Amino acid sequence: MTEPVAEALARALAGLVEGEVRALDEITLLIPGERIVEALELAKAQGFVLLADLTAVDRHPEEPRFEVVYLLTSIEPPARVRLKVRVVSPEEAVPTAVPVFAGANWLEREVYDMFGIRFAEHPDLKRILMPDDWEGYPLRKDFPLVEEPVQFFGHVPKVPSEIIPKTPRPS
Amino acid sequence: MNELTRETLVLNMGPHHPSTHGVLRLIVELEGELVLGTEPVIGYLHTGFEKEMETRTYHQNIVFPPRIEYLATMIEEHAYVLAVEKLLGIRPPARAEVIRIMMAELSRIASHLVWLGTSAVDVNVSSLLMYCFNDRERILDILEMVSGQRMMHGYMRIGGLQWDLPDGFEQAVRAVIDDMPGRLEEYERLLGDNLIWRKRTEGIAVLNADDALRYGCTGPVLRGSGVGYDVRRAFPYGGYDEYEFEVPLGRAGDAYDRYLVRMEEMRQSCRIIRQALERLEPGPVLVDDRKVALPPRRELVRSMEAVIHQFKLVSEGIRPPVGEVYSAVESPRGEKGYYIVSDGSNRPSRVRVRSASFNNLQALPVMVFRNQVADIVVAIASIDIVLGDVDR
Repeated sequence: MTEPVAEALARALAGLVEGEVRALDEITLLIPGERIVEALELAKAQGFVLLADLTAVDRHPEEPRFEVVYLLTSIEPPARVRLKVRVVSPEEAVPTAVPVFAGANWLEREVYDMFGIRFAEHPDLKRILMPDDWEGYPLRKDFPLVEEPVQFFGHVPKVPSEIIPKTPRPS
Repeated sequence: MNELTRETLVLNMGPHHPSTHGVLRLIVELEGELVLGTEPVIGYLHTGFEKEMETRTYHQNIVFPPRIEYLATMIEEHAYVLAVEKLLGIRPPARAEVIRIMMAELSRIASHLVWLGTSAVDVNVSSLLMYCFNDRERILDILEMVSGQRMMHGYMRIGGLQWDLPDGFEQAVRAVIDDMPGRLEEYERLLGDNLIWRKRTEGIAVLNADDALRYGCTGPVLRGSGVGYDVRRAFPYGGYDEYEFEVPLGRAGDAYDRYLVRMEEMRQSCRIIRQALERLEPGPVLVDDRKVALPPRRELVRSMEAVIHQFKLVSEGIRPPVGEVYSAVESPRGEKGYYIVSDGSNRPSRVRVRSASFNNLQALPVMVFRNQVADIVVAIASIDIVLGDVDR
């Protein structure tokens, strides 16, 4: 069961929404990148005053590869809605949400740091968690997770995190 | 300050300083003693938990949450297992839910006690620290009694708990929560009537409700500013809707109100634990679904099917349906959420840890603007950051 406020927001955003997913009592609205600020402003006016989270997902090798995810929370009455922006290539910048939610500042910096997705007109877009001179974007799927190299020759040690191999879901 | 001689000083605080509660660096711009600008520099404790969690099975990942936020360990485990359970569409047995809530509330008290002791040290009331740690140790003893570990418990399982409570648990918990209100009163006498504590916290590090919301603050920081948002109340999870408790609110949004909120929260936690003890009925603590939870030991010697299930769960793990889920709990610092994207394989495709400390710390420059430089220490203490949680 989804909350009536979330339904009201989905209706209010109907003109902007590209797609809608309802699963596990959660509403996800797909918004075109260039209109995300407009959508966030509308949502804020409808009572979704808390930007609980802003993050990204790498769908590699699917296309479009990246998704920027905005999690909005209404406090009174309580409701949650997820907005999503598809990013075809990381060079294509998403408009920043900082003017609407000041808290998006660090969250967008983290998305930039981890995925290399740029945010247009962000006040201070630089790395936040990784060192400033770090190369690459760690949470991308093509960024390898490697263990520390060891000084022994003769055999390649098993990567601990790969001991249980990934098994896809049977179709 | 004379306009002609207006000069600012850029001061570097941290990253290694006891008052930063971890490794936090602040670049502070000062005009005399007045703070004009603050830029927190974080990332010193970044360990890549989110990346690590993508390379392990859902069950293996239970070890990470308590290591991300090491003061409220049971609450962290609760947050993670609830998210996976929501993804799988299962609900643990009633007894497991009651025990989980008890564990979570014990963790909350333990975490708030660490906060109380250390923030008192930050304003030079150093005698309180050992009292608080003493009380916290009694709680950790109970958690150790239940799970075998003081801090990194790994007690919760997807679909329930590792095992049932040990003998003597109820007496041990009652002993602690019966003592707690008296102890809190003592601490309040020590601090609330203490002129230095009042002067150092009242009207200091003020954050109004609008700013707190704009910056995405949650937990006692938001409630201290008078916004009644508690995840346990707003989005009840794991059976919290059946418990009676109050959500204390502050008014002024200063460090003193956040202190009052947390003190009251500890009392409310005791109240919840008392209700949970009444609700504790005998029953299973793990779901009966063999595709999710390990079969009981005694079945392994009798049933080939149980052996196969055990083997598949250990060597491969569970494979939830394709989809994504967000589930949050109320941690001592605010909304702690897990956003999990599943591609249908035995490993999560993406795990995002929404940490409350990260957003709360972001509001620090607003809090300390035009305060004294010494008040930065009070502000950091009043946010109650855990740097492991900020940097993940």
